[in-house]
Amino acid sequence: MEVLGLLSDGFLIAFEPLNLGLVIFGAAVGLFIGAMPGLGSVNGVAILLPMTFLVPPTSAVIFLGAIYYGAMYGGAISSIMLGIPGASTAVATTFDGRPMALKGEADKALVAAALASFVGGTISIILFTAFAPPLAEVALAFGPPEEFALMILAFATFVGLGGDDIPKTMFSIFIGLVLSAVGFDIVSGEPRLIFFDLTGFSHGINFLVLAIGIYGIGEMLWTVETSRGSVAMSSATVSVKRTMAALKELMGTWKTMLMGSFLGYFVGILPAAGATPGSLMAYGIAKTVAKDPETFGKGNINGVVAPEAANNAASTGSMLPMLTLGIPGSPTTAILLGGMVIWGLEPGPMLFVEHKEFVWGLIASLYAANLFALLINIAFIPAFIAVLRLPFTILAPIIFVLCVVGGYVPTLDMHDVWLMLIFGVVGYLMRKLDYPLAPAVLAIVLGPLAERSMRQSLIGSHGDMMTFFERPISGTIMVIAIILLVMPLIKVIRQRSKGETA
Amino acid sequence: MHKLSTSALSLSLAVGLATGTAMVNSEAKAAKGEWKPKKPIEFVIMAGKGGGADRLARFIQGIIEKNKMSPKPLIPINKGGGSGAEALQYLKSKAGDPHVILATLNSYYTTPLRQPKLGIDIGGYTPIARLAEDTFQLWVHVDTGIKTVKQYAAAVKKAGKKGWKMGGTGKGAEDSLVTAMLMKKIGAAVTYVPYKGGGKVAKELIGKHINSTVNNPAEQVGFWDAGKSRPIASFTPPGAMKGKWGTIPTFEELGYGKDMVYYMQRSIVAPGKIPDAAKDFYVNLFEKVYRSAEWQGYLGKKGLIPGWLTGDKLQDYFLAERAKHAKMLGK
Amino acid sequence: MRKAELIMALVMLVFSVYLMWKSAELPIGWIPEEGPGGGAFSFWLGAGMVICCITIIVRWAKRQSPPSQSDEPFMDREAMTLFFVISGSLAAMIGGIHVVGVYFSVPIFMAFYMRYLGRHSWKLIAAISVVTPIVTFFFFEIALLKTLPKGITEPLFYPLYDIFL
Repeated sequence: MEVLGLLSDGFLIAFEPLNLGLVIFGAAVGLFIGAMPGLGSVNGVAILLPMTFLVPPTSAVIFLGAIYYGAMYGGAISSIMLGIPGASTAVATTFDGRPMALKGEADKALVAAALASFVGGTISIILFTAFAPPLAEVALAFGPPEEFALMILAFATFVGLGGDDIPKTMFSIFIGLVLSAVGFDIVSGEPRLIFFDLTGFSHGINFLVLAIGIYGIGEMLWTVETSRGSVAMSSATVSVKRTMAALKELMGTWKTMLMGSFLGYFVGILPAAGATPGSLMAYGIAKTVAKDPETFGKGNINGVVAPEAANNAASTGSMLPMLTLGIPGSPTTAILLGGMVIWGLEPGPMLFVEHKEFVWGLIASLYAANLFALLINIAFIPAFIAVLRLPFTILAPIIFVLCVVGGYVPTLDMHDVWLMLIFGVVGYLMRKLDYPLAPAVLAIVLGPLAERSMRQSLIGSHGDMMTFFERPISGTIMVIAIILLVMPLIKVIRQRSKGETA
Repeated sequence: MHKLSTSALSLSLAVGLATGTAMVNSEAKAAKGEWKPKKPIEFVIMAGKGGGADRLARFIQGIIEKNKMSPKPLIPINKGGGSGAEALQYLKSKAGDPHVILATLNSYYTTPLRQPKLGIDIGGYTPIARLAEDTFQLWVHVDTGIKTVKQYAAAVKKAGKKGWKMGGTGKGAEDSLVTAMLMKKIGAAVTYVPYKGGGKVAKELIGKHINSTVNNPAEQVGFWDAGKSRPIASFTPPGAMKGKWGTIPTFEELGYGKDMVYYMQRSIVAPGKIPDAAKDFYVNLFEKVYRSAEWQGYLGKKGLIPGWLTGDKLQDYFLAERAKHAKMLGK
Repeated sequence: MRKAELIMALVMLVFSVYLMWKSAELPIGWIPEEGPGGGAFSFWLGAGMVICCITIIVRWAKRQSPPSQSDEPFMDREAMTLFFVISGSLAAMIGGIHVVGVYFSVPIFMAFYMRYLGRHSWKLIAAISVVTPIVTFFFFEIALLKTLPKGITEPLFYPLYDIFL
């Protein structure tokens, strides 16, 4: 039980007064940054990186880890409260979180998100503690064909997401994928789909621009129209009694939490994937195995629990390839890695040997960060609810301004703000005509990963498609994905033939 | 409490507005003397987040921040679109703006050469300083058992173009030029697979999804230390690299000729037409960075070659390198 | 509603064809030994969009989709006014950012919105539209070091940077 000894040493480091203070402060700061649309854990970690030069390296990385955790919790807040996913990892949380808030159950959704994040975080850290080095080998086994298979699986688990109108759902997926191709062709390096030769398109279309456009501006236009611009927001309330009741209901979702946590962690480990596909797959599976799948998307608590457990678990998972291989699994871990280099800590296979106290101090502080992020989050729920009680004509312009600033900040380019406005307006008009838009948002996130891994695989196999099926890992994932894709079809056919015989 | 702080803030804003006008007037007078940034400096990186160039630029920002070398902070912004085309166009649009600088790599010359439509002439920018030259080595997984270039050449030829995968960061990227140079020399061909960033390439080699790579030392050093990858030879002149990096044979030493050398420059440039005083400020700032213990330590550990260069000499260097790359790209 | 669905499908059809044409600037076929060319991904997806649009139009003609069965207007007069006022004022604000910057464009937009749609008292409007940009400045520019565009008003902020950075 060498691990336990190392871990208890780690806890001694994590609970030094300075480090504990940094954990609490970091979790609180991260929570607020994560709750802003357009700002996610990447921004929080990048911006506060220089501040960490004031303290020793171990404390510094503990601080950044706490911000990371806090931001992951915070992402759910804007998804639930405003319906705007603050980061791609929180897209799936809007699907049921937003309807819950509209039903006046914002407090329940927030408690569910916080608790699920806590469970996801805790399970993943335990897995991390126990199996870090062997799991690093799993990450290495994932080459382009495996990454592509995983993307197909992510799409497959999500087939049921769209509405009943199949051509419109397909259209939404396709347009998202095409928009994700804007920028430069990765293989030949040639510019691609640079509309009207505007240079703003050369960095591609950021996921956030589409998400804030559709969920921010589009959603606000929708709400303004349905409410005729004047009514007070939802009847949001919060009380100890309601929170206790919510916790009791959450006990019933333990299966979903466990599923989300394990799934999220394992997907998070894989270098290309990260938390976004993890949370989407968790949502898709929760819906598939549920007894009442038709309530998903209308405010089912399991629809909040699954993606939130998964995205927190995945964020721990993505630290694993960063620490053990020096490969960042997400932009956030890329910046953490940059920070470690500045402090003279070399991430990679030797880190666990040469800087034991650092690694275990970090792991132990993740346990602490997770706990404090939960407590701070729950403590602030009344404050978030109070925001919802503002008259809508005051809240709306503030949200519009947040959208504009949030659309500008990731790239510091006004081009993206204009694009966001166009997406918002067109998205609103399409939504009125029953076009489902969530598939487009997912497609723009997963599109580049899918295209790149597919073309890398095919270059490697000299154009042979069988490469996806011949390799054991990618073959297995592919088969599962295809079964998932075909299942709904079979269901439909069966129902029809039943209808005929009856 | 909340009200109090807001009124304090609005007061300070009002004062700011008033003094602001006064500042604008005095600006002209101060222009001749020492220049200081008036607002945060945009530190544009011509590569995406997480790559080698990005990590290096953020490291430089960290040194400046940690030692408080600049009165206003540097704010890193990634404009990596189109192998840096986005950053170069941005810099062009900012001519005369002294609050923007750019961290460059070799795509500084290759991107305008490969995309003449952009209409970018790097001769029009203001060179600030070259901080280092990064190097390249040929790497294989230790399990291949390959130890020398000869064995390598034999293995590649035996596997043929179809059987040997070389990882890199994209057609026309630095590693693809080095790969082409190497293959011409040993008279073989490989399948070149592009990935997103050198770190990913290094990981793919360790995962045995590709057979060999041309990586910077920083990207492979961790795996080398862990006994997973092995450098076969270095694309540097003999004696240029020190320490453990010096133990890697160079292609020249192995008798493959003097031309088997390729560097990745790490420099800082500013937009064209900025005031001389602003240029002096940046040259000064980066000289401090260059002399810092952190930078010198990093160079040694990561196998970079120190190479301070500034002013006209740097511009001449850029133009000479551009001519060299034009030849390599066949333009 | 019926007309709107047809118009949207036609507009999207034209857009899809444009996407296909634009993608064809790069090779769209299968390159031997390499797999699909650089434009193939977006070209064939664009083709998929065209098929979807045509299907939508066919379903429209057969009155199979809910909007094509609905006789309700797409937007009534009031909704139309709200839509144009809000999206127009948003566009004006974003355009204004280029000229006078975030810190002047945003308060004007907020004041307009709150007065025109909310009929709030000027006192409240003044408080909120002054506090929001100030909070924005300190949160984004000072705490997070993200400079926001200021247009011609930029020199006014130099002293603030001197004080807080």
